[in-house]
Amino acid sequence: MLNLLEKHLPKIVIAPTTVAMIVCMYGFILWTGLLSFTKSRMMPQWDFVGFEQYVRLFDNPRWHIALDNLFIFIFLFIAISLVLGLLLAIFLDQRIRNEGAIRTIYLYPMAISFIVTGTAWKWILNPGLGIEKLLRDMGFVDFEFRWLVDPDMAIYTIVIAAVWQSSGFVMAMFLAGLRGVDDNLTKAAKIDGASAIRLYWHIILPIMRPVFFSAIVILTHIAIKSFDLVQALTGGGPGYASDLPANFMYTFAFNRAQMGVGAASAMIMLFGVLAVLIPYLYSELREKKS
Amino acid sequence: MKNNKKVSAIAAAAIMASSTAVMAGEVEVLHWWTSGGEAASVGYLQDKLSDAGVSWTDFAVAGGGGENAMTVLKSRAISGNPPTAAQIKGPSIQEWGDLGFLADIDAVAQANDWDSLLPKVVSDVMKHNGKYVAAPVNVHRVNWMWSNPEVFRAAGATIPTTWDDFMVQAKKIQDAGYIALAHGGQAWQDATLFEAVVLGVGGADYYKKAFVETDMSALQSDTTLAVFETFGQLRQFIDTNSPGRDWNVATSMVINGEAAMQIMGDWAKGEFKVAGKSVGTDYTCTAAPGTSGTHTFNIDSFAFFAQADASATAAQAVMAAEILGSDFQEVFNLNKGSIPARLGMSRDKFDSCAHDSMDAFVASSQTGGLVPSFAHGMAVSSAVSGAIYDAATNFFNTNQSAEEGVRQLVGAIAAAK
Repeated sequence: MLNLLEKHLPKIVIAPTTVAMIVCMYGFILWTGLLSFTKSRMMPQWDFVGFEQYVRLFDNPRWHIALDNLFIFIFLFIAISLVLGLLLAIFLDQRIRNEGAIRTIYLYPMAISFIVTGTAWKWILNPGLGIEKLLRDMGFVDFEFRWLVDPDMAIYTIVIAAVWQSSGFVMAMFLAGLRGVDDNLTKAAKIDGASAIRLYWHIILPIMRPVFFSAIVILTHIAIKSFDLVQALTGGGPGYASDLPANFMYTFAFNRAQMGVGAASAMIMLFGVLAVLIPYLYSELREKKS
Repeated sequence: MKNNKKVSAIAAAAIMASSTAVMAGEVEVLHWWTSGGEAASVGYLQDKLSDAGVSWTDFAVAGGGGENAMTVLKSRAISGNPPTAAQIKGPSIQEWGDLGFLADIDAVAQANDWDSLLPKVVSDVMKHNGKYVAAPVNVHRVNWMWSNPEVFRAAGATIPTTWDDFMVQAKKIQDAGYIALAHGGQAWQDATLFEAVVLGVGGADYYKKAFVETDMSALQSDTTLAVFETFGQLRQFIDTNSPGRDWNVATSMVINGEAAMQIMGDWAKGEFKVAGKSVGTDYTCTAAPGTSGTHTFNIDSFAFFAQADASATAAQAVMAAEILGSDFQEVFNLNKGSIPARLGMSRDKFDSCAHDSMDAFVASSQTGGLVPSFAHGMAVSSAVSGAIYDAATNFFNTNQSAEEGVRQLVGAIAAAK
């Protein structure tokens, strides 16, 4: 009896989590998928209409703007956060004084919610309140910085705020990675006469490959779930020029009684994530085995 | 239905009991009136009910013009536990009624003779399949223009009464160094402005055909093109910092004399009052250009949800009767800046803007100039009004041509229907 319990205990302990995950993750994904093929409006209803909601979704100009914005945002946000985070980590790794204090300063934005970040940057970037007014008051009368109110540039203000928030965290990850690099390797490279650039490019960065992997996965999911930042910083405006798919989905599913279209947009978002992550996971995992 | 008879018997008993104040019961009320004056108005209703022996459980969900509250309401209704009453308005009442969630309060309405107290346009909104399911608390007029006469004097301009004249006067004001039109670049405010242009340029008949019945031939007519041309001309009279600005910040620009005019519903009056300004001298209220004699209405109401518990149903009936009572209607609307939804009340305590609104409300209901506001969810389903929002806000914030604006509007409405 005791033996049997011992044998099955791990499974019993894990079971609730597994069930919760199957229901709350995969169950709801399936449910949303089914909803996207129905003509649900305000409440779920089960009259299936095939791909009609997807057709309506892709006929909507607002959806196309949201998709374009997502690509711009994901690419710039991840690229800039990685480069900035890596540079900060390398500089901090030079055994400088007060490293602890500086590290805390860079890491702190991560402790703030996106709503606070968004609101603060909304004031900083507002032409009538923030940077533009400050510099004009200082005497630069022709200074202009009005991305926030420019429909073509508003999405870049979201990139700025998101990078500000997340690059410190990326720095912390890279710093931990750099500290994990074997000192003997660096010493050996230096004896062989490698320059600092060659040292980092050919030896240290390749060793930190897993750190890149984690950073990209974490940043991608931050980028795709970005909803609160847009809501607080631009409200999707001017017009709907800075909408992201998550905002689109929320508006259509919950405010406009178009649950079918909302579900269809959620499915497209899911496939977007999978399209990025599956090849990446596959290549990473396969390499580890071989 | 057997059940219905029982309900009406209980409701009738409740109305009698309410006068003797011995009844116990509880109402749970979902609303999003959480800011100063609004919260005070709801508090007054709460007091009236507790005098009648009904206790009140407040279920306030703030934010987003009620969007958050609606999300909460849906989950409560689906799980079979809806509140007693919820702040729902316009065509949404019909959507909820179609889903079978609403309670029939016709007994209360008959007992208190609501059919004669309420204008037909109002009572139509409150009924589902000919039975009352909701009670109106107020009528907002949306097509107001608020002006600062000091700015007009300084610029040598006069308050415009047509959109053509508006362009001339606004130019003068702008040349004198003021912002002509105070505006907040949020989708609902863009839609509010768009609505005033639709009514001013197209007239009430076109408005009803195109934006209430969403008739495709009216939407594709040259009038729509003219509307977009006028709407596009307004871009130049708004300051470039407007995106994202809240409506009350825009109102304060008129109050401070930075800007000359704002097109906004009568809730803007509260801001002038709080700033200690008096109507006629410090600010004026006139109908938006080209819309005098018409009235775009926005009616707030409480819809009642079917309850499993008999005492909750009885308390619900007391609440419904109290909402249409003249005491509550007066206090609530004085606080909120709107006018009472019921007719035949003393108007002594209301100011001249409210009197204008009451006159326009009664007069336009006879001439056909009384139209529901699509920018405030009174005219069309939330899907269609969302489509209009998208087209209007995108047009106004880009350099789209009027032709392109019409094309997007027609496409979006067709897709949302």
